[in-house]
Amino acid sequence: MQKSTLNPNVLWPWTLILVLLIFLPFIIPRFYTYILAVIFVTALLAMSLNMVVGHGGLFQFHHAVFYGVGAYAFALMLMKTAMPMWVCFTVSPFIAAAAGFLIGWFCVRLANLYFAMLQISLGSLIWAIAFRWYDLTHGDDGLHGVPIPDWISSTSGAYYFILFFLVLCLIAMYIIYHSPFGTTMQAIRDNPARCSAVGINVRRHQLTAIVIATFFAGVAGVLFVVLEHSVFPDLLFWVLSLEIFIMCLLGGWFTFAGPILGAAVTVALRTFVGIYTEYWTLILGILLILLIFFLPEGVMGLFQRKLRNRRYEEGAPGKRRHAQG
Amino acid sequence: MTDLGALGSQFFVGLSRAMILFVVCSGLSFVLGVLRVPNIAHGSLYMIGAFSAYSITKLVAGPAGFWLALILAPFVVALVSLVAERALFCHLYQREHLMLLLFTFALSLILGDLVKIIWGAEYKSIMAPEVFNGSVSLLGASIPRYNFFLLIVGPLVAVGLWFFTNKTKMGKIARAAAVDREMVGAVGINVSWVFAFAFVLGCFLAGLGGALVAPTVSITLGMDHNLIIEAFLIVTIGGLGNMWGAMVGSLIFGLSQAFGVLFWPQFAIVFPYMAVVIVLLWRPTGMLKSVW
Repeated sequence: MQKSTLNPNVLWPWTLILVLLIFLPFIIPRFYTYILAVIFVTALLAMSLNMVVGHGGLFQFHHAVFYGVGAYAFALMLMKTAMPMWVCFTVSPFIAAAAGFLIGWFCVRLANLYFAMLQISLGSLIWAIAFRWYDLTHGDDGLHGVPIPDWISSTSGAYYFILFFLVLCLIAMYIIYHSPFGTTMQAIRDNPARCSAVGINVRRHQLTAIVIATFFAGVAGVLFVVLEHSVFPDLLFWVLSLEIFIMCLLGGWFTFAGPILGAAVTVALRTFVGIYTEYWTLILGILLILLIFFLPEGVMGLFQRKLRNRRYEEGAPGKRRHAQG
Repeated sequence: MTDLGALGSQFFVGLSRAMILFVVCSGLSFVLGVLRVPNIAHGSLYMIGAFSAYSITKLVAGPAGFWLALILAPFVVALVSLVAERALFCHLYQREHLMLLLFTFALSLILGDLVKIIWGAEYKSIMAPEVFNGSVSLLGASIPRYNFFLLIVGPLVAVGLWFFTNKTKMGKIARAAAVDREMVGAVGINVSWVFAFAFVLGCFLAGLGGALVAPTVSITLGMDHNLIIEAFLIVTIGGLGNMWGAMVGSLIFGLSQAFGVLFWPQFAIVFPYMAVVIVLLWRPTGMLKSVW
């Protein structure tokens, strides 16, 4: 499935969607603009998780921590220091990536479920600190009224700012996926033992993937603060980690855009079902069960398979890759 | 020495907390061992156990209500899990592992909201009967009677589980299914029902844990989230699927939490996680032998 050059057939719909998204805020109400911005942030977060889960085969079970670290770093730097916004904006994702390196450095020593558990406990440590260090983080209350510069503090300002960085990050991810590093990661996912045997340093690749993914999660966290002007410990709680995991599944693990779709569906569901009933997690649960029973590859996965079957009817075997072995 | 006394009573507080954790985690560990599924809904079932204990004490007043709750609440939970297992879960055993995990997550979402629908979002609490008023003096430390009761119940559950898995036919079949499910099926045992039984038994223990914890905490939505992550960590550091491992893990977790409160109250919740990190780095597959 490697394409080293951008295929115009792939590029067209993306460009169309982008143009649409640029003009959409002029015609839709402000509330919908805001929801779209929430979807962008969540989509970036889910995409960053999918870098290690779908494409790396790692049990990254506590990804939200890095999102939260990015958000907290950005908010705290803006509130407690006099650094200009751009410096804070640039530094925060690196802090998230540093946290990713630190946690990942321990985690890659273990495999599968143990990796997940170690990550959950290390992540929970960071959550506990954010939750309990009242003097710095205001604990459960979180930090509100983060001073975001005027030009992006309005909903539409934030919308374009977030959209710009989402597109930037997606391009970067696309390049990474199709780089030698990206394909190596997929090879490691599919057969770590063989990769190790042909001389690939599996652990170092996995650690690098974690650092890159956590960097993007940090960007998502920063964008969250730009949109919401606040941070709270739930951003680092493991429930959110599971939620974004679900988004990746919902959209499809092994597709590029799947997590975006998953994030959009989840956010839309929460928003619009939430208007009618407070029991939206019940609906999500039922939806999830239906998905497990009828659509295990996710919506995008099914779509792509149908597309592929039609295109390569005659020869190519269906490339159904399996997740963690 | 008052300091030593505080240390002692904190030790027993941690120990009784560990016993509740053990009851819940042994169930989780049992399911994990036989079905190989980390049951995320376990926390929700524990919450249902606590809430149904509350309802039973409301229906039947007096100390009888409490004892009835302690006995009946686990069965309520077992019934819920039986329905979920037979209606949905049993159709998924042939599927990928991740799907089973996600199913249990979906189940936890549904059960969590069902609890909200049935019991509402307010805090609930139940009183332990008067027998448990006052405290017991043990090794120079005074511990509340209810905590003392927990110290008895925990080992009783452990012994009961040991007896069941080692001395009864059903338990032996369940253990065999944990090691080699194909072989168990080949000798003519209905593996699907063994799995159902193991799942229900594990969930029963979750309900028992919920009923036991009910008088000591405020019963609230979200208690499932706090518990399940602790339970997973405990089961992992103990050794996946190993019942005695669940005991060791619970002791590590409960005691580190209790002593954390003594040494650095503000960051007490950090200590158990630290302990888990240390154990996992020291013995990556848990303290005791994992059945996986």
